[in-house]
Amino acid sequence: MMIDIRDLQVRFGRGVDAVTAVDGVTLSVREGESFGLVGESGSGKSTVLRAVSGLNDEWTGRIAVAGAEQGPVRQTGFYKLCQMVFQDPYGSLHPRHTVDRILAEPIAIHGLGDADARIDRVLRDVGLGPAFRFRYPHQLSGGQRQRVAIARALVLEPRVLLLDEPTSALDVSVQAEILNLLRRLRAEHGLTLVLVTHNLAVVANLCDRLAVMNRGRLVEEMSVEELRRGAARQPYTLQLLRASQGYDRATAESFRDYA
Amino acid sequence: MTARTDTPSAPRPAGWRDWLTTDTPQSRAQARLGRAWAGWTAFRRNRLAVAGLLIVLALVIVAALAPVLAPHHPYAQDLNNRLMPPSAAHWLGTDAFGRDILSRLIHGARLTLMIVALVAATAPLAGLVIGTAAGYFGGWVDTVLMRITDIALAFPKLILALAFVAALGPGIENAVIAIAITSWPPYARIARAETLTVRRADFISAARLQGASSLRIILGHIMPLCIASLIVRTTLDMAGVILTAAGLGFLGLGAQPPLPEWGAMIASGRQYVLEQWWVAAMPGLAIFIVSLGFNLLGDGLRDVLDPKGD
Repeated sequence: MMIDIRDLQVRFGRGVDAVTAVDGVTLSVREGESFGLVGESGSGKSTVLRAVSGLNDEWTGRIAVAGAEQGPVRQTGFYKLCQMVFQDPYGSLHPRHTVDRILAEPIAIHGLGDADARIDRVLRDVGLGPAFRFRYPHQLSGGQRQRVAIARALVLEPRVLLLDEPTSALDVSVQAEILNLLRRLRAEHGLTLVLVTHNLAVVANLCDRLAVMNRGRLVEEMSVEELRRGAARQPYTLQLLRASQGYDRATAESFRDYA
Repeated sequence: MTARTDTPSAPRPAGWRDWLTTDTPQSRAQARLGRAWAGWTAFRRNRLAVAGLLIVLALVIVAALAPVLAPHHPYAQDLNNRLMPPSAAHWLGTDAFGRDILSRLIHGARLTLMIVALVAATAPLAGLVIGTAAGYFGGWVDTVLMRITDIALAFPKLILALAFVAALGPGIENAVIAIAITSWPPYARIARAETLTVRRADFISAARLQGASSLRIILGHIMPLCIASLIVRTTLDMAGVILTAAGLGFLGLGAQPPLPEWGAMIASGRQYVLEQWWVAAMPGLAIFIVSLGFNLLGDGLRDVLDPKGD
C-alpha cells in the first residue's frame, strides 16, 4: 500500500465550537494507482489531503505513506516522497519569484545539486520550454502557472502526487490539457495520484478508483467502471451522479440532505 | 498546448530597451533588470515623485561633495561680519559668529544624511524582523512581541527620545540611537499585518511542503512581500526623522556646537529671528525642502511598490 489511512479524525476548534471536519475515514491507495476523493464543498475531502500532506497537524488516527507511519510533524525526507498541487495556480506561486527561483528552491532545500539540468528537464516534462524559465508568474497564463506548480511538485521526483482540485480554477479547454499532462506524467514516472475533486468527469478521466465523502464520512468506495455504469449503491452517491449530469427542475427538487 | 508553449527560445531582441521589456528573459539578471525597468517606467510617470527623487539625490551629492561645494569653512569665524544679510559674498548671510550660513548648510547635509541613513538602516530592519516573526509564528510569540510593540508605541516619540538622550548624554550618535529605538514599532505593526495577509497563502503552504524551514520561509517568501510597504513607509517617515533630529538639535540634545546641524542652527538663530531672520530661516528652508523631497519620493514609491496596486 502506498497510502494507508485508518480511522482519520480531524477536528477544528475547541469546546462547543469544535467542528469535526473528518470523522473516521479509512482508505488505502495502492502503488501506481490513481485514486479520486469526491464530494461536495465542505465534505472534508481536502482536509484528508492536507492531513496526508502534513499541512494539517491536528488529526488523530493513523496515516502511513510508503509503509512508513507518519506523525503530525514530518521529516524532511517525507517531502521528497510526497508532493502536492494546489487548486488555485494564481495563489500557489510566489508573486515575486521567477519560475527559476520557484523550481530551484526545493532543489536547494534538499541539497540535490545539478539545479540547472533538473530545472530544464522538469520544465520540458510539463510542456513548458526553457523560454519560460526566467518569467514571473504574472507573465504566465492560468494553465502555464498550473504547469509550473506541477513542475515544482515533480522536481523532487516524488512517488506520490496529491492533487487538490488541480483543474477547477482553469478554463475548460485548459482543464483537458492539464488532465492529459497529469495522465502522461503518471505513466512516465509511475506516480501514485490522489485527486480531490467535486467533478465526477475529472475522476472518470484520470482515476482508477474513487471514494465518495459526505459531511466528513466516507460514504462509498467504487471503481471508475462502476461509476461509468452508474452502479452506485448509496443514495447519496446516486444523487451526486444525477447532479453531475446537469440540472432540471425535477432533479433539483428530488435532492435531499444526507446527514 | 504542449506544441504551442514549447517554442524554442526567442532570438535576442535588438536594442537594450527591448532586451529589458522582453517577456522571455534568458537569465536571472535579465529578469530582475526587466522588473526594475518596469518599476522605473511606472515611477517616471509621476512628475512630483521624480522631483522628490531629484531633491534626495541633490542632498546626497551635496553631502558627498561638501568640502568642494562650500565657499567657506563651516567653522571659520569672522566677528567683523556678524549677522550679515544675504549678499554676493555670503549668499545666505552669516550667523552670530560671522560664519557663512550656506557653507554650514552644505556641511550640515552630511549630518542630515547620516541621521537618515542610520535610522533607515536600523529601525525598519528591527521592525521587519519582529513583525514577520510575530505574524508567521502567531500564538505566544505573537502575543509577547506585539505587547512589547504596544508598550513602545504608547510612549510619545520625542519625549522618549529626550529621555534616552538625557540618559546617554547629548550628541548626534545618541540622538540617532534614540530616534531608532523609538521609531521601530510602526514598522513591526506593518510587517506583521502584511505577514498575516500572506501566511495562509497557498505559496507559503507549498514552500512548507517542499520542506522549507521557518527561517527560509520568513526570509525568502514573507519578507520580500513586506519590504515594499516598509520602504514606502520608511521614505515617508524620513521627513519626521529629520524633524525629530532637528528638534533634538534645537533643544540642545542632538548635535553639539559647533557642528552645523540644521536644527541646532535654527536654535542658535532664535534670538535674532525678528531682526536677522535669515539665520533661522535658511536652515528651516533646508529642512523643509529635504523633508518635502522625501515625502514626494515616498508617495511615488508607494504607487510603484505597493503590492496592493498589482
